[in-house]
Amino acid sequence: MTRTTKVSLIVNGKGHSLEVDNRTTLLDLLREHLHLTGTKKGCDHGQCGACTVMVDGRRINSCLTLAVMHEHNEITTIEGLGEPGNLHPMQAAFVKHDGFQCGYCTPGQICSAVAVLEEIKSNIPSHVTGDLTAQAEATPGELRERMSGNICRCGAYSNIIDAVAEVSGRKA
Amino acid sequence: MKAFTYERAASIEAATKAAEANPEAKFIAGGTNILDLMKLEIETPTHLIDVNGLGLDKIEPTPEGGVRIGALVRNTDLAADERIRRDYGLLSRALVAGASGQLRNKATTAGNLLQRTRCPYFYDTNQPCNKRQPGSGCSAIGGITRQHAVVGTSESCIATHPSDMAIAMRTLDAVIETVNADGVRRSIPIADFHRLPGDTPERDTVLEKGEFVTAAMLPPPIGGKHIYRKVRDRASYAFALVSVGAVIQSDGTGRVAVGGIAHKPWRMETADAELPKGARAASSVLLSDARPTDQNRFKVALVERTLSAVIAEAKG
Repeated sequence: MTRTTKVSLIVNGKGHSLEVDNRTTLLDLLREHLHLTGTKKGCDHGQCGACTVMVDGRRINSCLTLAVMHEHNEITTIEGLGEPGNLHPMQAAFVKHDGFQCGYCTPGQICSAVAVLEEIKSNIPSHVTGDLTAQAEATPGELRERMSGNICRCGAYSNIIDAVAEVSGRKA
Repeated sequence: MKAFTYERAASIEAATKAAEANPEAKFIAGGTNILDLMKLEIETPTHLIDVNGLGLDKIEPTPEGGVRIGALVRNTDLAADERIRRDYGLLSRALVAGASGQLRNKATTAGNLLQRTRCPYFYDTNQPCNKRQPGSGCSAIGGITRQHAVVGTSESCIATHPSDMAIAMRTLDAVIETVNADGVRRSIPIADFHRLPGDTPERDTVLEKGEFVTAAMLPPPIGGKHIYRKVRDRASYAFALVSVGAVIQSDGTGRVAVGGIAHKPWRMETADAELPKGARAASSVLLSDARPTDQNRFKVALVERTLSAVIAEAKG
């Protein structure tokens, strides 16, 4: 057996087939092989959330998964959400509410926030959900709890919550 | 990270045979713990067996009236399952108290049970650790021990098991199903699944080499109020200093398991029997053999106070 493996995956709607060292994380595949450098490497240990992307619609830490484990998966990165002139509503809300300072954690924050609103719609509970049998709601407390896997060293948290709340249709 | 070969297992049999054939092989499912450890070269498998393609991702009713949770059910899906929320609320609560949304989307039921300790000395490869390198010594003993175990410790190891989910499963008397390369199946009560460190802290569980977890079974629902209360250094995304998982019935009887204080989920049926008398009576049984350090003695009081809050919440 070899130390490289072929993997085919779809990134932002485009198919890619490549052979990579088995050690390549999904994050490194995105950045080093596909040159999609919007996804950031922060801690590289799943503690900061800067590398958050969506795989088949669910947010994950791309640093804690091997590229070769994503055969035929659909990956969405920040580049796939929107682009200058055609921003995703979450990107526009982060700009409007000044939801960042240095910007390094922002792609991860935005990918996470988009997925958080989907998780609430899908009625996935969180640590602060009061009634486990009721529909989850996008309250500020819920948004804060659900975004806790994304660290911002500049401390833009309150503006981030304002941005996410606006996209959810509620005021923070 | 050390180089390794990789295969996508086509069947449980193929996975267990591959594990048996190479003593340095490891299974990988969610990968959120093992890849972290491989980057630090705490785990150095020469071969990874990817078991994600094996199905095992169903939550099904059992003929006895309980549920069978496939080993590969993701933590998010288990927490969100309608039956789990309704009948085993404690398990949902414990799951969402752990990790982050991103990690719960990847982490699996079996992987959660099998995650390694977060003892900082286990993580620091420059320091001796009997769990990481058997016989090298324990750096935690005499070191910084605020997070460490207060009961069931040994001269070799004072690490804790970090899982929230396992505390709920211990309270609910889950049974772990396994199979080995010869096709021999075992049903292991969760009370016996995780080990105390003794003089072999490198073994977290009773699993044998190549033995593969296929499911966790929950017995029929027992009713009662399901409460998971976790005390930690920040409000979210942190491991427990102390956590209490409890099912309390309207007459005050119930069950309780405690996390953050031992090498395994800590429950004593003799302590359950004291629950109607209150938190002090039950926690004094749970911690009767406690051997805290000066730095983690606070956990002894914290268990009683957390349990007291749980009992008060149950009375509503």
